[in-house]
Order: sequence, then C-alpha cells, then structure tokens
Amino acid sequence: MIDRLQGLGVSAGAAAGPALRMGRVPQLPSPRSVTDPPTEQAAAREALDRVGHELAERAARATDPAARAILEAQALIAKDPLLAESCDSAVAAGLDAAHAVHAAFTQQADGLRAAGGYLGERAADLEDLRDRAVAWLLGEPMPGIPDPGHPFVLIADDLAPADTAALDPTRVLALVTVRGGPTSHTAILARALGLPAVVACREALAIEDGTLIHIDGETGTVTLNATPDCAASAANATNAATRPAATARFTGPGRTADGHRVPLLLNIGSADDLPADAATNVEGIEGVGLLRTELLFLGRHDAPSLDEQREAYVRVFRALPGRRVVLRTLDAGADKPLPFLSLADEPNPALGIRGLRTSRTRPDVLDTQLEAVALAAQADDADADVWVMAPMVSTVQEAADFAARVRAHGLSKVGAMVEVPSAALRAGQILEHVDFLSIGTNDLGQYTMAADRQCGELADLLDPWQPALLDLIALCARAGKVAGNPVGVCGEAASDPLLACVLVGLGVTSLSMSRAAVSRVGVRLRQHTLNDCTSLADAALAAPDAAAARAAARAAVRAAVRALAIHDS
Amino acid sequence: MPERTVTIASASGLHARPAALFVKAAAAQPVPVKLRIGDGPLADARSILAVLALRVEHGTTVTLSTGAQDGPAAHEALEALADLLSRDLDAQPAND
Repeated sequence: MIDRLQGLGVSAGAAAGPALRMGRVPQLPSPRSVTDPPTEQAAAREALDRVGHELAERAARATDPAARAILEAQALIAKDPLLAESCDSAVAAGLDAAHAVHAAFTQQADGLRAAGGYLGERAADLEDLRDRAVAWLLGEPMPGIPDPGHPFVLIADDLAPADTAALDPTRVLALVTVRGGPTSHTAILARALGLPAVVACREALAIEDGTLIHIDGETGTVTLNATPDCAASAANATNAATRPAATARFTGPGRTADGHRVPLLLNIGSADDLPADAATNVEGIEGVGLLRTELLFLGRHDAPSLDEQREAYVRVFRALPGRRVVLRTLDAGADKPLPFLSLADEPNPALGIRGLRTSRTRPDVLDTQLEAVALAAQADDADADVWVMAPMVSTVQEAADFAARVRAHGLSKVGAMVEVPSAALRAGQILEHVDFLSIGTNDLGQYTMAADRQCGELADLLDPWQPALLDLIALCARAGKVAGNPVGVCGEAASDPLLACVLVGLGVTSLSMSRAAVSRVGVRLRQHTLNDCTSLADAALAAPDAAAARAAARAAVRAAVRALAIHDS
Repeated sequence: MPERTVTIASASGLHARPAALFVKAAAAQPVPVKLRIGDGPLADARSILAVLALRVEHGTTVTLSTGAQDGPAAHEALEALADLLSRDLDAQPAND
C-alpha cells in the first residue's frame, strides 16, 4: 500500500496516532445460501458476544455515570439470550449469520416500537446494536465514533452534525475524511475544537484500523506507518500549538512581529460562546468580528420578539465593555430556512433570496432587528462598540439603502459583507456609503469559483488559497486603504495561520475566527513582520493555483526564517 | 416447584437501572429463573428484553420460579433475587 495520501488541509496543526475508521450503517449483501447452519449460528452468537463485550468494556471505562448506565444497558441487551435464540431460529430457517442477526434485532425492535412508551424508545438502541453486530460479521468498521479507550485519529467518510455530539476532543487527535471541503461541517468542527484535519482524502477509508498515521492539517498530507519518533514529536507539537490549552501562551493582542496591530476577533452565535473572562481579558478577547444573529431565529415558527432580541444582544454588549462587536443582521434564506420568513422553495437556494435579500419581502423583520440592536446598545452597562453589517450585499445601492436604514435607528457604524464578487469589484463605491467591509471568504469563494459549498467533489475549487479569491480580497483591502476604512475577514480563511498572514499582507485590517483558532493565528502572526506578510501575499498572488499559492507562501516563510537566522548569527 | 412472590419496591418499577441490576443478578445464578405477573406469561429473568416487556410497575407483586429445578441452589437463587426486588433499587447510590 502507498504510504502517503493527499487530501485538503482544512485545520492546521500536526498529529499522529493510530487510525480508526468510523463505519457507516452496514448494507446487507445478498443472502448467502447456508450449507452449515451450526457455523452460521456460532458466527451470529460470536457477533453478539463481541458487541456486548465491547460495550461492557466501554462502560467500565466511562467516567460519566449516566453514560456508563446507558452502555451497561446496551451491553446487557447484546447478551440477551432471547436474541441469541432468535438468531439460531433464523439460521435454522435458512438465513446466513448477517441476515439472521439483522432479522432477530429488527423483529425485537419492531416489537418494542409497537409497545410504545419507554420500550419504544429502546428500539433505536436495538437497531444500533444490530448495525454493530452486522458490521462485525461483514468485516466492516463499527458504525459510530470509535471509543477504543486511547487517543486516535478518526477516519470517516464524512461527519454529520449528529456524529460530532459523540466526539470527545480529548480522545480524537485529528480528523481525516473522504468527503468534505474547506467549509464543510467537518472542517468547521475541527477548527472549533482545534483539531488538525484533512478532508477530501479519497483513499482514507482504505487505511487499516490501528495503522500509525501522521497528518498535517496545513498541507493535507497523511503519512501512513509513521515512525513512533515522528508520532511523538507530532503529538508534542499538537499539544503545544493547536490544543485549546495553548491559548494560555498567546495572551493577545494580535500584532505582527514589528508591532503592526491586527485585531483578532471572535465569530460567535451568542454570549454563550464567549469565554467566561471576556469582560476583563481585554487583551486576549479583542472583540467580536461576527455575531451570527440567526442562531436566535433558527428552528422557530415565529420571529423572536423585540424584547427577546434586545436581551440577547445586551448580553453580548455587556460582556465586552469598550470592545468592538460586529453584529451581522439576519442571514437566512432557502439554505438556512426560517419558517416565519416563509420563503418559497428555490431550485438554487445559494443564488436565491438569502441574506439581506430577505428584507425585500420581509422588511419588517430587519427593522425589528435593527430596533432591538439600537435599544440594546443604549442599555445600561452595554458599553461595547457596536458595528452592524448586512450579509450578501451585491450592489452599491443595496449597501446605501442598508446604511440609511441602520443610521435611521441611531447606529453609527455600518458595514457591508463582501460575499458576492460584484461587491468586491465595487468595493470602492460601496465604501462611499458604509464605514467598513467584512469579507466572508466561504461564500465569496463559492460564488467566485461557481462551486457549491456543500459539494465535496469540488473541494479543490473551494480552497481559500485560490488566487482568484485572494485577488478579490486584495481589491477590497486596497479600496479600504484608499478610503481609510477597515476591511476585515470573518470567513474560515482567517483561522488558517499561514493564510491569515497572507491576508494581513494583502492589507486586511482585522481577522475574525472561532475561539480555538485565535492562539494559533496570534502566535504565527507574531513570528512575521508586516513586510514578511506582504512578501507572502505577493508570492501567493503570483501563483497559478491554490496548491502553488500555498507552497509559494510556505517557501517565502522558510526564506524569511532563514534570513532571520543568518541575521541573528 | 420452588416459587417466591415479592412486591416490586423500586420507585420506577422494573425498568432501566433496576431492571438491569435484576437481570445481571439473575444471569449470575447457577439455575435459570423465570418471572411472571400473576398467571401471566413467563419471562426469562436473564433476558433484559423479556423482563422489560413485562412492564412491571412499582408495587406489583411478581412470582419468581425455577421451574423443574429444585434443591438448595434453586432456593438460594430465588432468595437472592426476591431480596433484590424487595429493595428500592432506584434509591441506591450508584457506588460503582
């Protein structure tokens, strides 16, 4: 087997450890004709035993009493003699082991479901056990996040939001997925947890469980059969540089080696996402660069009331006295549907009525929100520096209209997000109407490259190092410089330490990212002067494609480090 | 045929944790024990699915039996399991 696989690095950092695959729900193959029933019966019983044994082991290791009780109960079900007998009869009736196990569990699960109530709720447990037993019989990896009792690198086809609830960041060293792109759920989760991650690694599921692998979340390289030395050094590097514990080393504020200030801001959904010491840690928590207000609206049938919104915003403003809070107005649409907006189904939601465009049909929702923001900004002790921006601005006129509406509510700092290439191309004129720009690199990438963010097959096009995307960012930054207005980046690109330096070199004035990324970006930024960053940016812009841009920036870093070493010696 | 009747003391009945503790204890006995309510169907006490399916509530009187098995081991098994059911297993601290 080849010993090196290439994917797309989406969350920087290195890690090494034994690989473990997360299986999917196994699909039953066509039934086999059974020639030796006792062998099939023994195999079915062994599958039940294995599954029960594994669950009992996990129960013994579980520290949380509630989790332990659940695992123990599941182990008990797997060892239930009724199931074993039911498997025996199914084999006697002509089924092979896998089909017999499947039939036995399904029959029991259906019975429980028919009983309803507490018993009905156990049906899902049975189906989970069934999938595990069938996977074992088919020689496939166990469905669900593995729990081997030691740290490991998780290999999966892709991760769904539901999987992540079961993901223990103290056990999972890194993530490698077959599908996904830079803005897929896996990538965002990995950056939020500070885990190195490689996505779009097509051969990943061919890695055998237990293989010692090394992953580089920056280059996207996965090395198989890593030596223990290499693994140990990666583990140390990971612990030192990428784990949340490293936050302690970086105390802020964000600046380059030569003292050029670049505020490192946070992307949050509510005050709950802020660290507990936010109010007093003025240097470390420089502010919020993206407050996603739609989290307040998601899953609701009616719009939240004026008071409810005001309360939520006051909590954020009070938590950050004297610091910037950039609030993004409701960013919804057919891709993030909100029932009360009752938007029609659209054949192409990414190109439909979303972001600021929803105020064409429901201007009242935006007006209520702006009123709530204005009231919150005037509340007692809500002393944050409140900035308001609109998502999905496409024209100068939209920016001008939005600015007028925001100012009519007595809010003085108005901005436009740059997610549509037309807004980047017209950045100068937009800045005649607004006070700042904030570039959402995820959407700007999708619209620049005409590549759906949900489409893992196109991950290479969605790479935030695409020179065309960097061109548009440079255009915005230059317009900001001419107008004397700030231009920030709040997309995921800002959380890639090397790319963050490139963005600063392009002239971006602030970077906003998930909390876990701040220390890594902050540490990296302090290693380079503004001049270094400009060289990195020039090198990236001159590259013909994303991979070359990344490589060129890395080479420029090495050159800068060498120059520094010669200078020092 | 050795039998013992006992009233379920656990507040939640024979569900969840009490059921799990009972089934584990039954599986550890040297003789198979059956459980029934009144003249209802017999459930294998070692089967969590069978025990849960009886839906035994708090205060219900159940009968434990060892069928054809008799002798000191059968009586001890019934004694141990009856003792367990006569205690409120929900109230016990999870000391493990």
